[in-house]
Amino acid sequence: MAGVTLPSATTEPACRPPAARASRVLAGSAAAGAALILLTAGALAQSPAASDTTRSASLPPAVTPATPTGAPAPRPASGLVASDVPNDAGRAIQLDWKASPDDVAGRHVLSQYVVERAENPGGPWTTVDSAAAGTTTKVDQNARRGVLYFYRITAAGPGGRTPALSITGPVSAQSQWFNSTRWSVLLLTIVFFGGVLWFIASAQAGRKPFVRRIPGISAIEEAIGRATEMGRSVLYVPGVQDIDDIQTVQGLVILENVARLTAKYETPITVPVAYPIPFTIAEEMVKAGHLHAGHPEAYDPNSVRFVSPEQFAYVAAVTGIMLRDRPAAHIFMGSFYAESLLLAETGFITGAIQVAGTANVAQLPFLVVACDYTLIGEELYAASAYLSGEAKLVGSLKGADLMKVIVIVMIVVGCVLETVGIHQLTHWMVTQ
Amino acid sequence: MRWLENLDRRWIFLAVGVLVLIPLLRPLALPLYVSPPTQGFVNAMDQIPDGSTVLMSCDYDPGAKPELVPMTRTAIRQLWSKHCKVVVTVLWNGGPGLVDQVLREEGRAAHKTYGVDWINLGYKSGNEAVMVLMGQSIPNTFPRDNSGGVTTSYPIMHGVRDYSSFPLLVSISAGYPGTKEYVQQVQGRFHIKMVSGCTAVSAPEYYPYLQSGQLEGLLGGMAGAAEYELARHEKGAATQGMDAQSLAHMFIALCIVLGNVVLWQRRRRGA
Amino acid sequence: MKREVPLFITAAIGLFMILSFFVPHQVVSVPADFLQQSAVIVVAFGYVLGGANVLRVNVDAISKRADGWPYKLMLVAALLTMLIVGLVEGEGFQNEGTRFTWMYNNIYSPMAATMFALLAFFIASAAFRAFRIRTVDAALLAVAALIVMIGRVPIGTALTRFLPEHHRLPDLAEWIMNVPQNAAKRAILIGAALGVMATGLRVILGIERSYLSGED
Repeated sequence: MAGVTLPSATTEPACRPPAARASRVLAGSAAAGAALILLTAGALAQSPAASDTTRSASLPPAVTPATPTGAPAPRPASGLVASDVPNDAGRAIQLDWKASPDDVAGRHVLSQYVVERAENPGGPWTTVDSAAAGTTTKVDQNARRGVLYFYRITAAGPGGRTPALSITGPVSAQSQWFNSTRWSVLLLTIVFFGGVLWFIASAQAGRKPFVRRIPGISAIEEAIGRATEMGRSVLYVPGVQDIDDIQTVQGLVILENVARLTAKYETPITVPVAYPIPFTIAEEMVKAGHLHAGHPEAYDPNSVRFVSPEQFAYVAAVTGIMLRDRPAAHIFMGSFYAESLLLAETGFITGAIQVAGTANVAQLPFLVVACDYTLIGEELYAASAYLSGEAKLVGSLKGADLMKVIVIVMIVVGCVLETVGIHQLTHWMVTQ
Repeated sequence: MRWLENLDRRWIFLAVGVLVLIPLLRPLALPLYVSPPTQGFVNAMDQIPDGSTVLMSCDYDPGAKPELVPMTRTAIRQLWSKHCKVVVTVLWNGGPGLVDQVLREEGRAAHKTYGVDWINLGYKSGNEAVMVLMGQSIPNTFPRDNSGGVTTSYPIMHGVRDYSSFPLLVSISAGYPGTKEYVQQVQGRFHIKMVSGCTAVSAPEYYPYLQSGQLEGLLGGMAGAAEYELARHEKGAATQGMDAQSLAHMFIALCIVLGNVVLWQRRRRGA
Repeated sequence: MKREVPLFITAAIGLFMILSFFVPHQVVSVPADFLQQSAVIVVAFGYVLGGANVLRVNVDAISKRADGWPYKLMLVAALLTMLIVGLVEGEGFQNEGTRFTWMYNNIYSPMAATMFALLAFFIASAAFRAFRIRTVDAALLAVAALIVMIGRVPIGTALTRFLPEHHRLPDLAEWIMNVPQNAAKRAILIGAALGVMATGLRVILGIERSYLSGED
């Protein structure tokens, strides 16, 4: 443990670190004794006010000089404890102190605490941060890794500033190799990844798992078939989010399967895209679909269009395409927000067959109401596996199912344990 | 009732238009009620120490103006009433202009100085990545404010480093990126207290966060904003809009009923 | 090679970012922060590609006098006007009183608000057309919808004022939102989150690689 806290002014018992932190005190360090002397001397040399308060340490610290405003300076905070913030990259030091007796709501004697830091007990001191009255903790987020720091805290109010009786240190921020609050996530991630990989391997070995029929996915082919019969195009909307939304990734993966079908049937496809990166990927997807279907020459470079990341400009453009070009099938796969109903209702007016899929729960009711078929939540993520029928992809679905069983068991067990007052599982699951 | 079966949807549009317009011209003054999520929002704002600096992320664009601007105004007034300083960010590229206009109007009314009592850091692309970067350093993530000034040159930014500089994060959000991403990327990681104001359509999505305590309060759409105004004893744009919203909701309920009357009629004829 | 290199980069960076969640040490966190910052820059460059495509598709349609070409002309004109005015105004283009702000406030802002407002009209027509009670489940859904819809607005309080406190429509609406709604939503969210993880893993491990390119 790298954090070091040293109670310096022995006249002030409140300055001692709490028992839980006592292990952080470097009792065996030869530097510690020297630092103890140095830092007390440094604090006294630093400011006359400090010397006043230190002298009066055995008295109630209310003895503070009167100020021009007539209000007394606040009595100092005490018991400053500095410790390394655990589970980080060594950039922060946690500071805790006991409030000044003048830190009382409504008295207006103390307005804030000022946290100061120095690399030597004698200074020079720089202000690290301030904390409003009522606060007794602060994290210095700007510590440099491995550097020894000393801290002091000053109570400030309309009547002046009073440094605490002691300074604390040396303490240094250290980086850790593992965030110990994330064991639960690591374990579940390993189980999940392991499960997915095992089922993929098993599917590749020939044990392809059963996947229930998802009507929405079957409807995609039906919709494309209908567009072909009518001699009209297919409109594909891969959501309205950027590539950092995994739903967009999934929408683009499904697009490749859809583009294969449209290329096979020689049906034109229009793909309006809201963001530039998904746009470039969508172009690749449609090209790939044509290539796989054996019709690379049928690829129209204008079929994939960048529209606008502006939500409603995008809606205006897509509804315009619906009303002018009258595609016979609308496929919405990805992340949708307020535009879901605007798109789906306009699509309904045109009489197109509509298939939607999203994991945005708030938009599901709109899509369910206005579309012929809707993929709900995880069905969207299953779509590419279902459409391609690839053993590897289908195997990964089974892995997700295994994890779902584990989550359900953990929810039930967790509820039971919490009900009977056992909180260990909950605490283990909480990450920081 | 046969006419219902072949009703042109434009009649429905006209009815909605009229029903929304009438109460805006002649308010009905229907009684309001402060729901627990709104009360949670008010309480969380009340509990922050006077004079502290608060982060307010206004992640919306003009599309959500009627729902989110009234609550933005009330929130900033409540913060300023506690002498708090407000650092504003916008993660929607269509939003900084609107947010700036709203804050400047409120700032003028409350005699607050830009750069001292509030600052608009403007837009930064990158969604969640920006949220995470702000956890490392806000001045580095937003080196310049919305007007192009150097962020660190403003007095308000002297004590601002990252999320730990704020006792509360107020997320006013119209969707992605917004409250959900702040809960997942920031509240979960940096453990900052957080409240949210959002559009009515996204409110149900945030209820789980409210229940889990990750959000201390939630204002859902214009109704939430009106409740917030009631709790603050103000009568703003949201309160004025609530009568119109009441009638629109009633009309939509009526549409559901009438739609089913049509269904029953058809079934009876078919039977 | 054309395919292996991107697959390797995807796998390496993906696994490294997962690692950074568990390892706070600077050996991992510093490059992870750098990668996150790089993502912001890459996205910004993507807009150039997008802008070029908008111009290509629309200028092409205008020159061929394709259907609806005057709209496309409007689009290109609006795009260039906003771009040029923003560039001419310089760094403070979003400040009060600039021409860019004028266009934002008086053209863009009302148009965006109008589009969003269309939702109210569309919800009403969709409710009339599609919310049909054909089964018991649909009937339950309709009752819950009516309670929440009316309970969330003042008229719900006004209509049930005669009932004892905590038994009025707003309380019932709040209960529906907090209990059954929340339970269903959590189930969908957990399922979807697992789907996200499975898809993420498929992408990282190159199992879902069709998004990389069309060539095998």
